[in-house]
Amino acid sequence: MPSVEIPLEKWTGQVHQVTLGAGGRKTVTVGGENTLPYLHFDGTIPNKTAVAIEIQDIAPADWSPTLLKAWGDVVNDPATWAKKAVEYGAEAILLNLKSAHPDEGNTGIAEAKAVTDKILSAVDVPLIVIGTGVADKDNEILPAVSEAARGQRIAIGNCEEKNYRTVVAVCIADGHIAIPSSPVDLNLAKQLNILLTDAGLPIDAILMDPTTGALGYGLEYTYSVMERLRMAGLGGDKLTAMPIINNVGEDAWKQKEAKVAQGLPESWGDMETRGIIWEEQTAISLMQAGSNLVVLRHPQSVAKVGAAITKLMG
Amino acid sequence: MALTGVQIYKFLPKTNCKECGFPTCLSFAMKLAQRATELGACPYVSDEAKSNLEAASRPPVRLVTVGVGEKKIEVGNEVVLFRHEKTFVHPAGLVLRVKDSDADAVAKAKEAAAYSVERVGINMYLDGIAIENDSKDAAKFAKLAADVKAATDVALILMSSDTAAMKAALEKVGEDKPLIYAATADNADAMIELAKKYSCPLAVYGNGLQEVADLTEQAAKAGVEDLVIDPATRGYADSLDALTQIRRLAIKKSFVALGYPVITFPGEGAESIDDEAMLAGMHIAKYASIIVLDNFSPAVAYPLLTARLNIYTDPQKPIQMAAGVYPLGDPKADSVLCVTTNFSLTYFSIAGELENSGYPSHLLVCDTEGLSVLTAWAAGKFDAEKIAKAVKEFKLPDTLSHKKIILPGGVAVLKGDLEDELPDWEILVGPREAMAIGSYLKQNWS
Ligand code: SF4
Repeated sequence: MPSVEIPLEKWTGQVHQVTLGAGGRKTVTVGGENTLPYLHFDGTIPNKTAVAIEIQDIAPADWSPTLLKAWGDVVNDPATWAKKAVEYGAEAILLNLKSAHPDEGNTGIAEAKAVTDKILSAVDVPLIVIGTGVADKDNEILPAVSEAARGQRIAIGNCEEKNYRTVVAVCIADGHIAIPSSPVDLNLAKQLNILLTDAGLPIDAILMDPTTGALGYGLEYTYSVMERLRMAGLGGDKLTAMPIINNVGEDAWKQKEAKVAQGLPESWGDMETRGIIWEEQTAISLMQAGSNLVVLRHPQSVAKVGAAITKLMG
Repeated sequence: MALTGVQIYKFLPKTNCKECGFPTCLSFAMKLAQRATELGACPYVSDEAKSNLEAASRPPVRLVTVGVGEKKIEVGNEVVLFRHEKTFVHPAGLVLRVKDSDADAVAKAKEAAAYSVERVGINMYLDGIAIENDSKDAAKFAKLAADVKAATDVALILMSSDTAAMKAALEKVGEDKPLIYAATADNADAMIELAKKYSCPLAVYGNGLQEVADLTEQAAKAGVEDLVIDPATRGYADSLDALTQIRRLAIKKSFVALGYPVITFPGEGAESIDDEAMLAGMHIAKYASIIVLDNFSPAVAYPLLTARLNIYTDPQKPIQMAAGVYPLGDPKADSVLCVTTNFSLTYFSIAGELENSGYPSHLLVCDTEGLSVLTAWAAGKFDAEKIAKAVKEFKLPDTLSHKKIILPGGVAVLKGDLEDELPDWEILVGPREAMAIGSYLKQNWS
C-alpha cells in the first residue's frame, strides 16, 4: 500500500504584519502569515482575517433596500451607525466620505474633519477612512482627516499614482496606514508599493487593495491577482507582501443581483437572501485568495463571515 | 504530472530516424509533451517504455463521469493547483441531496433538477440529485431512486452503506451510471463488486487520507478505477486541509492513489444556509469536484453557480459578451448611448456604473475578441470603422431619437475618425475610468 506523506510548502517570505489603531484605541493586527490562506499545516498564521463594516457620512441615497432595511434609522447619523456596527461585530469601521464627492454634496475640509472626530469619539475600534476617488478632492480632505486622527493609526485610502504623494505625506506625519488601490493589476500594485515606500512610508504602514469586482463581475480577476500577489510575497518579494484589504460590500451591493427589487427573472430567487449570499460568496472566495481584511455592509454577512473565519482559524 | 519533453525523450530510442515525421527524437518528444502528436507515431518505442510513459502521463486527477447523456457530470483531469497557472478544467458538479425518509423527496428533486438560470449567455443548472437511504429500507430507497430517475434528467448519486439496498437501487437505475456512495473499510468488497457489475463510478469514504488511499488501491486492483473520494472532512479548516493535500499530492507528487475527484458535503458541517453556501463556495475555489448540498433555493443556487462560473473561467480565454446593444435601467429612444468592447470585465465595470448613474442607457458592445478598450485599440480591433459598423448593424439610427455617442476616454484619438465614419453624429469623449461615468453624464448629457 502506498503510504501518504503530505508534501509541505515552505515559503521563504511572509506577509507584513500591520496594526491598525493606536493612542488608546483598540488595535487590530492583520498579516504576518508565512503560508497561503488558512493552511495551518504548512506554516503559521498569527492573525485572523479581520472584518470591518462600511458606513457613510451621509445617509446613502443609492444603497440596496435590503441594506437600508437591515440598518434602519441609524444611517442618518454616522456616529450612531458606527456604534451599531460595532455591536454587530465590526472589528474596524470603514468611513466612506461620500458627501465630499463633487456629485454628492461636495462638502469640504470642515465636514470631513468633523465626521472623523465624531466617529473617533463614538467608537474605540480602529478606523479606515476612504475618500471620494476624485484625486483633487481627496488631496484636499484627506489631510484634514489625517490630522484629526493624529496618533490613532487609522488607515487612509485610496491612493493611486495621481495622489499618493499627499496621502503618504500625511500618513508619515500623523502615524497612519495608506491604502494603495490597484484594480486587477499585479505590476501596478507592486509599482504603487514601491512608490509609497520610496516616499518614506514604512512597509508596515500599507494595506493594499487589489479589488476589482464582486461575484459575477470580475471576481475571477481579483481572485487570481490576489493569489499571484500573495505567492510573490511569500516567495520573498517584500514589495508585494502587504496585507490585502477587500472592500467586498461596496462591490457586491452595487450589483443588480443585490440591489434591484423588481423585474428580475424568477430563477434569481428571493432578493434579500440573494443579496446577502452575493456578499458572503464574494468574501469567502477572496478569503481563499488571501484577503486579510474584508469590509462588509450587511449585518448578517458580518456574523456569518465572522463565524466562517473563526472556523478557518481552527 | 504531465511529462516535459526532456522527460519523454529519455524513453525514446534516440536514433533520430525521422520515421515519426519529426527531424529528431527530441523534437518528437517536445510535440508529445504538448499533446500535438501520438506516441504510436514512433514504431520503435519498446513496450516497457510505452507502459512507463503511459503511467507517467496518466492525468494527475482522473477524469470520472457520473450519469449518461447530455447532463452527465464529468469531473477531474485537473492539472494545476492555482487557476492562474493554466485553468481549472471541469467545473465542480453541484448536486442536491434528498432522503428516502422525506415524503417530499421527489418534488424537491424535480424542482432542483428543473432549475436553470442564464448569465452572460451561459445556461447554468444543478448537475445532479443524490438519493440517501436514510430510512434504512432497501425497497424505499430503490423506489425513490426509480422515481427520481423518472422525474429528472440529471445525474444521480446513490447513498447507502447497505450493499443490499445499493443493489436494489442499482437494479432500477444502474443503466444511468449513478455514482455509488460509498465503499468504506467495512463494505469495500461488496461495493466494488457492485460497481463492476453495473459499470458505475464508485465513491470511497475513508477517515484520513491513508484510509482513502488504501481503499482506492483496493478498488483499482479489482479493476474499478472510476473513483471519487471522500476524505470524511466536513468543516472549513479540516476540509480545506484535506482537499489541498489531496490536490497537491496528485499534482506535485503524481500520487496515483489520491489522484481522483473529491466529493464534499458542505451542508453537514454547516450551521445555517449561509454557512452551507459559504462552505460550498470555498469548496468550489479549493478543490472539490462534486459538491452535495442539503438545501436548494434559487437565491442560493444562483450565486453558487456564478461562483463556479467565475472560478472555472479559463484565464487565457476571458468570458466575452456577445456584440449588441445592452439596455441598462430601462432606456428610451432619447437615452444615453455609450460604446465599449466585449471584454466581460470592461463590460461589467461600465454597465455597473451606468446602472448606478441614474441615467438609463444603451451600451453598444463591439466584438473585439475579448480584448479591453486599450488593448483592443492597440491591436486594431476597436477602431472607428468597427464602431460605425456596429452602430449601423444594430440599427441605432432607427431606434434612437438622437445621434450622440460616448466614446471611452482611453480612445479619445478615435473621435476624428469616427466623425468621418458617422458624419451626422456628435461624438462625445467620456472619462477614461468607468467609475467617473456618473459624474460625466451629470455634467455633459442633456
Ligand atoms: S520515429 Fe522514433 S526513433 Fe525515429 S526519430 Fe521519431 S522518435 Fe526517434
